[in-house]
Amino acid sequence: MSLRADTPAPAGTRVRRFTRAERWVHRTTAALMGVCVVTAACLYVPPLAELVGRRELVVRVHECAGLALPAPVLLGLASRAFRADLRLLDRFGPHDRLWLRAALYRDKRRSSRPAGKFNAGQKIYAAWIAGAGLVMLGTGLMMWFTHLTPLAWRTGATFVHDWLALTIGIVLAGHIGMALGDPEARRGLRTGLVTHAWAADEHPLWRP
Amino acid sequence: MGRRVFLGTLGLGALGVVAAPTLQRGLEGVLGAVSGRDPTGLSGLLPNGGGFRYYSVAASVPHKDATAYRLTVDGLVDHPATYTLADLRAMPRTRMVRDVQCVTGWRVPGTPFEGVRLSHLLDLAGVRARAGAVRFTCFDGTYSESLTLAQARRSDVLVALRMQNRDLVHEHGGPVRLYVAPMYFYKSAKWLSGITVTDRVEPGYWEHLGYDVDAWVGRSNGRTDVPTG
Repeated sequence: MSLRADTPAPAGTRVRRFTRAERWVHRTTAALMGVCVVTAACLYVPPLAELVGRRELVVRVHECAGLALPAPVLLGLASRAFRADLRLLDRFGPHDRLWLRAALYRDKRRSSRPAGKFNAGQKIYAAWIAGAGLVMLGTGLMMWFTHLTPLAWRTGATFVHDWLALTIGIVLAGHIGMALGDPEARRGLRTGLVTHAWAADEHPLWRP
Repeated sequence: MGRRVFLGTLGLGALGVVAAPTLQRGLEGVLGAVSGRDPTGLSGLLPNGGGFRYYSVAASVPHKDATAYRLTVDGLVDHPATYTLADLRAMPRTRMVRDVQCVTGWRVPGTPFEGVRLSHLLDLAGVRARAGAVRFTCFDGTYSESLTLAQARRSDVLVALRMQNRDLVHEHGGPVRLYVAPMYFYKSAKWLSGITVTDRVEPGYWEHLGYDVDAWVGRSNGRTDVPTG
């Protein structure tokens, strides 16, 4: 049985994937995350730390960007389209299991990777990065306001913040790498529109 | 399901904070062994990957070689002086091998330092009776540190010329840095260029930002590390 839906619309037709609100949530979150990553690198990678110096200023920029990181998503909740996206990201169906299994076995055939508006990989990424972002925020605040928590917690927070930062860096590189490999997906986030052919190919179960 | 992944990540983060001491001890053992035999140096980029971390508070630090370097000793002294690197190298040397402990948590075991005792330079300068403290300035133009006179006269406080059995390189604060063995490493000011005897302690760079002036390892800054003194 094929899960692919019949798509009678002519190829080349554009369909709306993201509204202005969703695109701005992604754009501002990406910019803030970029600032966090670059400043973190300037604090932790020795050659960069030697090049940049100004430790106190870099720390302050990192703290401010980190604190602001959840803001775009929270503001985005005012958008009906964004809230609908969050619901879709949260809901896993039987086809997501098929998608994950195909990803696990490196099965690249479209027919074995059924997906709605978001595929299973995107769903897991969204949930994980949201949780990881909040853990970074919490541990970061513990390191920032050192008098708020006992010493043992603060040391633990530093440990988690360091290692999770490294993990997020790797996962983020994968996220960006996959976007670089898919110009139409990037166009979707830039203009809000994607071709019908791409949507039918990558997200066959999605009904725009 | 998405919610479960989200909450699971949060839970793991909280668990990590609680279990950190155990996890950290294990990782330090493994990473310490790995970084000792890692020709690429990549393990140094891992958190707690072993070795020193470079911190500078200044925008850029000028390089000073043996000809350009000067160390001045002034303030409440009878004989203010300016020393070249050669002058310092000609003075009696002391060598010490202790752990280095940073206030941010990293520790480098058994690091040899070699240099002139600060007390020797103070004796040469002739400290006046009303003096009570020593202030240190650095040629990065920004950093400063201070010790009480009693702390400064300790035999484990050096004006260091060598570290890890070689002349101090720029990245480690060369050609000359302070080395205060029993205190957190921010007291060991890099790129030392001035020693000024004062009547009372003037807090240094990090101390203005909330770190303790009397920075004994294990007994200050709310930390309980094993002492290095």
